[in-house]
Amino acid sequence: MVSGEFTSAMVLAILPEIGLVALAAILLVVDLLWRGETRRYLGWLTAAGLAVIMLLAILFARPAVEGGLMWGGMLRFDSAGFVFRMLFLAGAALTALYAAVTESVRLRGEFYALLLVSTLGMSLMASAADLIMLFLAIETTSIPLYALAGFVLRDQKSVEAGVKYLLFGAMSSAILLYGFSLLYGFTGTTQLYNLSATFQAGGIPTILIAAVIGLVLVGFSFKVSAVPFHFWAPDVYQGAPTPVAGFLSTASKAAGFVALMRVVTVAFPEQSALWSIMIAVLATASMLVGNYLALVQKSLKRLLAYSSIAQAGYMLIGVAVDTEFGLVASTYYLMAYLVTNLAAFGIVAWVEHNTGSDDLTAFAGLSRRAPALGLAMIAIMLSLGGVPPFAGFFGKLLVFGSAIDKGMIWLALVGIFNAIIGLYYYLVILKTVYVNEPTDSARLPKANLSWQLALGICVLGILVLGFWFQPFYSFAQNVAASIRIY
Amino acid sequence: MQFPILSVLIFTPLAAALILLLLPEEKKNWIKGLALAAGIIVLALSVWLYASYDIAAGGYQFQERVDWLPALGISYFVGVDGISLPLVFLSGLVIVSGVLVSWNVHDRPREFFSFLMFLGASVLGVFCSLDLFMLFFFFELAVFPKYLMIVTWGSPKTREYGGMKLTLYLFIGSMLALIGALAIYFGSGLRTFDMLALENAGFAMAFQRLWFPFVFLGFAILGGIFPFHSWAPDGHVAAPTAISMLLAGVEMKVGAFAALRVGIMLLPEGARQWAWLILILATVNVVYGAFIALIQTDFKYVIGFSSVSHMGLVLIGFATLSREGLIGAGMQMFSHGVMTALFFSIVGMVYDRAHTRDIPKLGGLARKMPWAAIGFIVGGLVSMGMPGFSGFVAEFPVFMGAWRAAPVVAVIAILGILITAGYIFLVIRRVFFGEVPEELAGVTDVTVKDKIVIGGLAVVMIGLGVFPSLMVPMVESGVKTILAILGGA
Repeated sequence: MVSGEFTSAMVLAILPEIGLVALAAILLVVDLLWRGETRRYLGWLTAAGLAVIMLLAILFARPAVEGGLMWGGMLRFDSAGFVFRMLFLAGAALTALYAAVTESVRLRGEFYALLLVSTLGMSLMASAADLIMLFLAIETTSIPLYALAGFVLRDQKSVEAGVKYLLFGAMSSAILLYGFSLLYGFTGTTQLYNLSATFQAGGIPTILIAAVIGLVLVGFSFKVSAVPFHFWAPDVYQGAPTPVAGFLSTASKAAGFVALMRVVTVAFPEQSALWSIMIAVLATASMLVGNYLALVQKSLKRLLAYSSIAQAGYMLIGVAVDTEFGLVASTYYLMAYLVTNLAAFGIVAWVEHNTGSDDLTAFAGLSRRAPALGLAMIAIMLSLGGVPPFAGFFGKLLVFGSAIDKGMIWLALVGIFNAIIGLYYYLVILKTVYVNEPTDSARLPKANLSWQLALGICVLGILVLGFWFQPFYSFAQNVAASIRIY
Repeated sequence: MQFPILSVLIFTPLAAALILLLLPEEKKNWIKGLALAAGIIVLALSVWLYASYDIAAGGYQFQERVDWLPALGISYFVGVDGISLPLVFLSGLVIVSGVLVSWNVHDRPREFFSFLMFLGASVLGVFCSLDLFMLFFFFELAVFPKYLMIVTWGSPKTREYGGMKLTLYLFIGSMLALIGALAIYFGSGLRTFDMLALENAGFAMAFQRLWFPFVFLGFAILGGIFPFHSWAPDGHVAAPTAISMLLAGVEMKVGAFAALRVGIMLLPEGARQWAWLILILATVNVVYGAFIALIQTDFKYVIGFSSVSHMGLVLIGFATLSREGLIGAGMQMFSHGVMTALFFSIVGMVYDRAHTRDIPKLGGLARKMPWAAIGFIVGGLVSMGMPGFSGFVAEFPVFMGAWRAAPVVAVIAILGILITAGYIFLVIRRVFFGEVPEELAGVTDVTVKDKIVIGGLAVVMIGLGVFPSLMVPMVESGVKTILAILGGA
């Protein structure tokens, strides 16, 4: 299945990656040519470039659902990779548009370039089919993100966020790499799709297998910010420039999920009883800890950080049940979550830009100060809470359904228990927005076009994913089918 | 293809809600006008539906079906029968009344009326659903309008507490029901949410016994079942008038209706197994609710607890699983809906003028607001089950059914009605008769719009009491379907 020849199909398989590299290079050059305020078009340029790449990929580089291995078995060109790449590209484009309201980053070419390189890494994570490739992809994703989190050198919090993220990230990468090295040691191969066969034949003691799976899970738990590897998230989200926090909580998390799904289903199909329970425990812990700590937060960014930890917990349910339907559920949930959380951080960025604060008090009376944003907040918070007609509802229904389908009723009950706690604090935010008296009752000014466009797309996404399930569900089905090819 | 009348019915308020959000804020008259127009269209359509339903044929009529997500067997599937049609009509009545009594909302009217329309669409969607997923979708669609309307436009003292309590209780209920509904979906092996297909799924006895409480109690929490009823008085009191009317008048019926449709009709054997428990809880509802209503000094709390008490009669009717009981429950859902909407509208009118709901501070208002007094007395007579009013037509069959199922329940429940008579007379005497306190000397009469609401709702209740044949045969045709399921199981 792996051929040594170079074909045009191979180029098509990495078309988005080629596009990303080219776009990053163009941006760096343009950054040198443009001066001063002209640079405000950098965000538009990035977003437009990403849109063109998406369009080209959709037109010319759509894989068959199951796909096949490419580039000497380094990548798998299939639906899972494709759908997630589109998600990352969309997430990056929206982030670039949101950046227009964040003073510290909007005129900096290297910001956009780093964003693109990180997206490149995610894109490779989604399709990596080899342990070495996967590790390199994870590092390509993470290193620009460390820099982005600490991007504002004048701001101590941002620097602290960057350093914290780097330290936690390096640690978890090391653990992941250790797990990979054990895997290679046991099997003599780094090819993901050959691992399981060799793994079976080896007669390795269960305790060792459990240890390996545990090490690998630690690495991914960090990426998706699952408890107990979540400690970085609140501080990093709060300190990092807001668009970066939004990007971290969505695209980066999605990248962690797609790699996790692929690795556990492809490499350890026989050990599913083992990792299924491990992931179920991670899911339970994430939901409980995330939701409980979110209850007491005063800063909306920190609150969203804890909420995103809890959201990772719901998504892990779909992975834990180890069924095709579970993967569909998690993927749908991820799509819903991506648009919702990007919208949330978009609004935080704008309010922060105007009031200089991301405290809950800064959002008091937002519905009076900007009625449209008040309505957008309804869509966002209720989508996170899992209430129709917004996207999150269907995601939650699917993941709980997948748990019941599998017979893991207890996991579904933990899920609904948490959904109720979650709804509480999302409603408190809405109450703040609608009822509390604003400290400054002046209307918020009109935001610039790129921000409006990005928020509009996100809110539209929340609504569309909330009732027009068909296309997105079939994408999710393709993802699940391509990951579970056995 | 026939005219998709049910879709028009459901999507009219939904479309109105969205258009309202796009209107400029300053155009208050357009906003109110549009909301009223949407309400009147809904009412007119519901009357038309009611009149053209073929009772002799029975079953689900005006069906429409469009695939929604075929991969999971989800479809947009609507249809109405003899149980749901009166409730559709009830929704139309209460939505129009709600718009009329909210004419003076000044704070962000655009959002207010838009959310009101969302709530309307939600209840209509539930009553018309024949697809379990769709029922759920519309059921939960009510979450945000309910919460936001209570906390934003509710009475300042308790709105945050009341709104949150109500929303969380109901969300807990709906989440329990969701788990049950998903279990039904996966357990049936049919891979469809079509309730008509699920009715014939033939679930095993153990399965039904396990999941019936999830579904039934989950939905019945919204119906105000004891001991999960305490959201109702707190929430209703905290809410603005129109929302109290919709919550107590229609939303509680949504809960009861969903408990019937999903709980009893999909898991009939489970219902049989658990009927004793529902009977006990519902009896407590009737008596306990009435007792607590008796000792309230807040005008609105009296009505809030009376709703708890009256919803108990609906649930008793369900739990008898008999022809009389179910007909009574169906009638009671409608009758109580109209009655409590009328009560809450009058409480709102009194409060708007007297600026207090404290019963000891009120008095003699019959002289100041004769329409309100008459309306309240009519509602009171309905609530006591006086012959000649819709309450009699509803409560009498419930007692008949209860007598056959368990005479002691009937006796205790009738006791509850005596207490009801007690608190109704007390309130009428203290609020509407006696001396007018000095502070209330300046109270003015109700407006023309208020009179339309009072008159309209009162006429419906009296009309139904005098001519029960306007609705009983309709409900009976719906009950036939349920009995067929119960008998066939």
